[in-house]
Amino acid sequence: MTAAVVALARRSIRQTFRRPQFIAPILLMPTLFLAVNTGGADSAQTLPGFPDVDGFLDFELAGAMMQASMLAGITGGIALAIDIEMGFIDRLLAAPVPRPAIVLGRLGATGAMGVLLSAWFLALGFVFGASVHAGVAGVLLIAVLVPLAALAFGTVGTALALWAGRASVVQSVFPLVFVVVFMSSAFFPRELLSEPANSIADYNPMSFIAEAVRDPIIGSITATETLKGLLGIAIVGAIGTALSSLALRHRLRAT
Amino acid sequence: MAAIEVDNLQRRFGDEVYAVQGIDLQVDEGEIYAFLGPNGAGKTTTVRMLTTLLRPSGGTARVAGHDVVHEASDVRRAIGVALQEAALDPLMTGRELMRLSAVLHGIRGQESRDRAEDLLERVGLLGAADRRIGTYSGGMRRRLDLGTALVHEPRVLFLDEPTTGLDPVSRASIWDEVRRLNDEGTTVFLTTQYLEEAHQLAERVGIIAGGVMAAEGTPKALKAEVGVPRLEVAIARGDIARAEEVLGRHGELLPTRAGTVQITLPGGAAEVAGIVRALDEAGLPVESLDVVQPTLDDVFVVKTGRSLEGAGEAAPA
Repeated sequence: MTAAVVALARRSIRQTFRRPQFIAPILLMPTLFLAVNTGGADSAQTLPGFPDVDGFLDFELAGAMMQASMLAGITGGIALAIDIEMGFIDRLLAAPVPRPAIVLGRLGATGAMGVLLSAWFLALGFVFGASVHAGVAGVLLIAVLVPLAALAFGTVGTALALWAGRASVVQSVFPLVFVVVFMSSAFFPRELLSEPANSIADYNPMSFIAEAVRDPIIGSITATETLKGLLGIAIVGAIGTALSSLALRHRLRAT
Repeated sequence: MAAIEVDNLQRRFGDEVYAVQGIDLQVDEGEIYAFLGPNGAGKTTTVRMLTTLLRPSGGTARVAGHDVVHEASDVRRAIGVALQEAALDPLMTGRELMRLSAVLHGIRGQESRDRAEDLLERVGLLGAADRRIGTYSGGMRRRLDLGTALVHEPRVLFLDEPTTGLDPVSRASIWDEVRRLNDEGTTVFLTTQYLEEAHQLAERVGIIAGGVMAAEGTPKALKAEVGVPRLEVAIARGDIARAEEVLGRHGELLPTRAGTVQITLPGGAAEVAGIVRALDEAGLPVESLDVVQPTLDDVFVVKTGRSLEGAGEAAPA
């Protein structure tokens, strides 16, 4: 099964890079968003209650990585839905590989995209003057958390694809990504969010994950934030995995 | 041993729509069996059930000795599947898809690479192996699809409308490959809406219409079942009534186009010489004369009450 998962993940990664409409939302959109945000709203860091940071970019990097991870998860779902629409999934289902391998291959690719995303945004941050206060350990922690977050969001994209079976339906979820991100502390501290965003952010797993990723950039690694981040990832992943399993079972029963 | 055994197989969509309404069939090992029927007859639904892609609503089916529901993994290991309209990823290259297929069938490392190269060569795509599938012609896609279905040397090969939409040359190339595979011992179950394809390839033909088996047998037996050969005679300057009188002594008169007379030919082509002599003696000059054998379309018309859709597209290659 492992060889099949790896082969399918490699195929999915290639597919992402060969289809501009897949790679653009994952890399380009969050990068532009980061540029606009840091260029136009950097005075926000002078507001009372804003954490003590070296620069606004340091604070925003985690948000960009979260946004990109979520988009990677949804894009993975779109790719799976396209496979279903064009019948490629039948080719996989007719092969003697366990059904979960097909989903795991797709998720593996999303996780790999998470590694790339963390590297891209860290490199971008370093080029434009950001730094990771926690040093190499911080970089490594980010390189673990971001792919895990992408993987968790990928399970949600997968569930949507398996339920709907249509790329257009999964794609229609894109605006929700922005709602989830802005109703969290990904781009702004919770203290500066007005109601109801503030209260929602307190329970939004995205806040926990973003704060865990931000922690080593603007300060030091703290066990509490890291564990909260992992808990956030686990919550999203558990919900997504449960929904994906149900959806896969439903799809296999229906076909 | 039977390669495929189907007993009262059914598939219902929703509460009322029966795509397949209880079919029985048996395909022997090493046989080429053609499942002939128009669009919507239930061919693809049957193939999807036999290849474990669709769960039957009723009945049983065994492929390569394994139950398609309870031993689905064993079935998948034994079969190769080339689906209708070749479900290929246009962004992959031919070589990538062939290697992926090998890995999915448990072939690893260098062996998977070697197998992919061999099959690409076999289906004539080695030169285009590193091109994206999106740039392939319809015939190339079908050949690649066929190649991927062979990667694990399956005992039973399912081909769902393997030549639909292909030009005659590409169609002939697929037919040659199917024959070659069968010569090597592979059992082939193919669906088609082309009479010519069934006639050219299959040892036995199953005719499906409206989700039920309308007829089954060898093409020769099926044709013999629905009728005898016919003789169509065009008279050069003639008295059609007189010709009908003469020819009517040799067989039953059949309706035909103006200027010609058509009769049944119960004794086959051997009777033609005597008929020509009789016409000559009656002073009726023959302009043309055709012995018309029953076709599978005649079988289809007799068994289902309608002509096979798309039959006219199947020009002999």
